[in-house]
Formats: sequence, structure tokens, C-alpha cells
Amino acid sequence: MKALCWVGTNKLSVERIPDPKILNPHDAIVRVRLSSVCGSDLHLLDGYVPTMQEGDVIGHEFMGEVVEVGPALKRMKRGDRVVVGSVISCGGCWFCDHGHFSLCDNGNAHAAIAEKALGYPGAGIFGYSQAFGGYSGSHAEYIRVPFAETGSFIIPEGVPDESAVFCSDAFPTGFMAADMCGIEPGDIVAVWGAGGVGQMAMHSAYLLGASRVIAIDRFPERLAMARKYARAEVLNYEEVDVLEALKEMTGGRGPDRCIDAVGMEAHTPGMEHYYDLVKQQLKIETDRPAVLRQAIMACRKGGTLSIVGVYGGFIDKFPMGAAMNKGLTFRMGQMHAQKYIPRLLEYVQGGSVDPSYLLTHRWPLERGPEGYDMFKHKTNDCMRVVFEP
Amino acid sequence: MPRTPATGTSHVNVGSAERVLSTAAGAVLAYAGIKSKSKVGGAALAALGATLVFRGASGYCPMNDVFGRDSAHEQPEPIEIKETFTIYRPIEQVYGFWRRLENLPRFMEHLESVRQLDERRSHWQGRIPGGLGTIDWEAEITTDEPNRLLAYRSLPGSQIDQSGEVRFREAEGGKGTELQAIMHYRAPAGSLGQGVAKLLNPALAELVRSDMRRFKMLLEAGEIPTVAGQSSGRGHDKI
Repeated sequence: MKALCWVGTNKLSVERIPDPKILNPHDAIVRVRLSSVCGSDLHLLDGYVPTMQEGDVIGHEFMGEVVEVGPALKRMKRGDRVVVGSVISCGGCWFCDHGHFSLCDNGNAHAAIAEKALGYPGAGIFGYSQAFGGYSGSHAEYIRVPFAETGSFIIPEGVPDESAVFCSDAFPTGFMAADMCGIEPGDIVAVWGAGGVGQMAMHSAYLLGASRVIAIDRFPERLAMARKYARAEVLNYEEVDVLEALKEMTGGRGPDRCIDAVGMEAHTPGMEHYYDLVKQQLKIETDRPAVLRQAIMACRKGGTLSIVGVYGGFIDKFPMGAAMNKGLTFRMGQMHAQKYIPRLLEYVQGGSVDPSYLLTHRWPLERGPEGYDMFKHKTNDCMRVVFEP
Repeated sequence: MPRTPATGTSHVNVGSAERVLSTAAGAVLAYAGIKSKSKVGGAALAALGATLVFRGASGYCPMNDVFGRDSAHEQPEPIEIKETFTIYRPIEQVYGFWRRLENLPRFMEHLESVRQLDERRSHWQGRIPGGLGTIDWEAEITTDEPNRLLAYRSLPGSQIDQSGEVRFREAEGGKGTELQAIMHYRAPAGSLGQGVAKLLNPALAELVRSDMRRFKMLLEAGEIPTVAGQSSGRGHDKI
């Protein structure tokens, strides 16, 4: 089969490799119909995620059709049209039983590596380095899905592939970001990053009762989408002073809830960006926390910071004094796909959100390297490239 | 008064590994002392070297005698490995699965088989890492307190000198069963062998930890997650 492989920093290549096989009793094989790029893949591409190996198949946001089921699966059958969450969770540990699927004790096939890096290992993630389990990803014609009945969900009638694919990762991540905010009626929610996850966080904030949503980004086309589809007020951080603008828009109080949908490769205008970039290149800090710093300063006293942008290691110049003295609450984490997907499919089926507008480019897998290049540099008004293997 | 025999043979208090090292080091020192350009220093080195050679050759060390040290008859200290996991399953199930010793090879990577001989005794076969063959031994259960403690040890005359105890305890807050394994290994080859075993200790601890994690996965997830056998874009896999 064809598969898009990581071969080195900023190097991808389409290879022909053997089709996946059932390896464990709870596995299924899914023929991939749509597989989306994700902003977090850019951290792999840029070389900021350790333990990537040359030849790893990447991609973790996908939907498709079940073609083979393992002997221990009871409900799943060939021909099921499913969306699969990007995190691999066993469904049987204490964390899974309590809905914390991305903290699963058993989903990571390389738990010992993750344990060294994190203290305690979390779930596996498709196509996201050896430390997250070393599982082959979804930018391929077929994919092996471990714990298939825990991670896959039948797509209801009337929900097209283009909408369902984003229920794999972008929508649950955005939804969890809003869920962790603990939104109360009348809240103003500010979202840093108007990419796929940020857009979904904006929709979700409204679904959970926010009064107003403010989007912060620097790409006019993304801000335009946020305004048009997600009913957000928008701020371009290259044009205005974000802290001043947010203060002004919130009657001098600051946003009640702040969502970081950017993560470790944030950009900021001015010297701060170069300070972090140099330190990151010299490996003195691994992550550039510009959004975190800004959100801490912007947030209303007693407000909540919800972090779903991915961080990998260490940050510095973290304004802990402001966070502490303003009494902020921090919530964060990899998303619990299995907890949210059924509810999100209902939203999509009911018509309250249609994530399909994120799909700006539908390309064959052969154009994988080119697709990632366009997605990374955000040319051609690219929001998401989705491959059709 | 310490007894000073004419020869060391009647009073060996230096262990064999130490005797070999002592003789070799003594010879080197004595040679260096004789060849030395400094008269005083050279004589001192030669004397120290000669003492070590005597110590090694005779197996008797006056210093050991003064300090009451005897490295010839020391039992090597056993190596202890302690690892703990919480298994999200009822204590009866966790204890029951472990107590059925035939289950152990399902999650202990280097165990080929375990056969229960009677209520207490069992026959174990392990694989030597690196494909160097198998090793057999017999073990007996020394304590069996259901849902609390299971202790066992290898029987005398086995190729492996090992004992272990596995403790079971209900975790607070309905989080399942706390499982603690404490393993003791005694290296076979005296004090030198023990040195090597100490070097291997972290690897051994890693092995025990990995086996326990596999046990947890098997009970909680019903399988042990793997990527072994999965295809990739690496050289040998490309078509």
C-alpha cells in the first residue's frame, strides 16, 4: 500500500510498504477514506518531537471503512463506516473507566519510554513518535486500529465523510478545550489560534454557553473563517496590541476563559519571538510559550486557562507571579477522544456544527509532502489538507 | 591474639576472586617497585607488592585477621528488586491469576513454562536472554495467604538461586489492587559473579517492571499492546 512516511526533519516521502495485519485480538484494519493533516504534525516535521524514526507512517485524524476485525471484537463488523479517535486507549484501566482516555495506562506500546519522559505514561497516539507507542499513522491506504471497539465510532446516516473526519481529533480537541474552561452563562472566551482546533473550540464555547468568543491569529483568511463560521470577534495580533484590545473588548475585565490552541511553536511580533526561537534552536528551552504568557496576562482575575496546544518539554519566562496572584485555574491535556466523539457526532448530525468547512484542500496521498508544505506555510488559504489515499 | 600460621593454607580468609586479583596486583606493584628510580619509594612499592602476592598465593591476610574480615566464607548478598503497580481489577482476580503459576509465562517475557508439580512445588523453565538456550529449576511456595501474600523460592541445588514475594493489597478509592513484587536473586559465582550481577541489576529491575506492566495490561486490557510486526517505511520494509 501507499503510505506517507517521516524520513527526517522537514522531510516526508510517499513509500510502498506491506499492508497492515491484525497483530492483537482487539485490532481492526480500516481502509482509510479521508485522513487530515493536523497542526501537531508540524511539530514532528519541524523536529521538535523526539523519538521519531525514519520511516514512521504519520497521520492521526481519519475516518474510513472496516475491512477486517480481530477475534476479540464483538460489535464491529466489516463494512462499518467509522471515525477513529487519534488517541489509542485500552478501555479497561481506571483512567479509561473514568473518561480520561488520553491518560490510559495501557494504550502505549512503548510505555517505558514515555514513563522516562513524563513520570507516568499516557495513551498511545497514531503516527506520533515512538514515545507515543510507535503506532503507524493514517496517511496510508490501510491502518491497523488497536482497541478498535473503544476508539472507533459508527458515523450516523446523513453525516458526510468530510464532516466526520474532523470528529477524530480537531473537534474533540476543541470541544475539550471549551469543556475544561468551565464556561458559565455570560462568559467571554478568548481563543488563541484560529486553525482547525481553534475553530472547533470557538463553536464548542458557544455550545457550552459562552456569550461571546474572541479569536486571535495573524492570518486574515483564518480570522475571516472564524468570523463567518464560528461567529467570533477577531483580533490580528500583528496589527493590534492583544492585551490592550482584549481589555477594551471586555470592559476592562479581561476574558473570563482563555484557550491556548497553538502550543509550542507560537509566534509573536517583536523581540520575544526571536528570544524564544534562539533558545529553542540552542535547545535551552524546547517550547516557545508566547501564547501561554499572553493568555496569563490577558485573563480576567479568577479566570481559567485551558491548554490544548501541544507542549513537549520545557519553557521559560513563565509569569507564575501573575498566574498565582490573579488566582487563575489551569486545565490542560491531550484530548479524550472516546469520551467526546459520540456527543460530537450528534451535534454534527443535528446540524448545530458542521466542521467540513475546515477542509480546504482534498488531495491524493501522492501529494502528501507538497500538502504539508502548503499547510505549514499557510499558502493558498489552506486551513486543512485532507488526503484521500 | 590472632594466630599467625607459618603458611596461609591452614587459615584461608581471602576469597578466591580476591586472591587472583591480589596476586596479579601484587606482581605488578612489585615489578614497578623494583624498576623504580626512587630508592625509598621503589622499596616500599616492592614490599607492598610482595605482601599482596603472599596474600593471594597463601589465601591468608593478616589485616583481614585483625579486622575480623573473611571474604572466603562470605555468602554473597542477594540482590533485591522491588516494583509496584496498581491493577484496576478486584483483588481475588489479581491474586487468582498470579496464583495459577501456569499463567506466569503469559506475561513474563523470559519464562518459557511453569508446571505445577503439587500443591507447593513447581517446575520452571526460563529462556536465557539473547537466545542462549533455556534453564530449568524447581521452586516451592513458602507462604500462600490468599489475596494477601504469595512467597516462593527456588529449591536447593537449582541452577537459579531466587526467591520472591508478591503482595496484594486493595487500593484506596476503588482504584483496584496494589501489587508489589519483591524479588531476590543470589549470583552463582561468588563475589566476582556478584559484581557482575550488580552491574546487571538495573536491567533486571527493568525486566521485572516490564513483566509486571505486561501483567497489568493483560488483566486490564485483555491483551499486551504491541507494534512488533507492523510495517513501516524503513529500508527493509519498503516494496
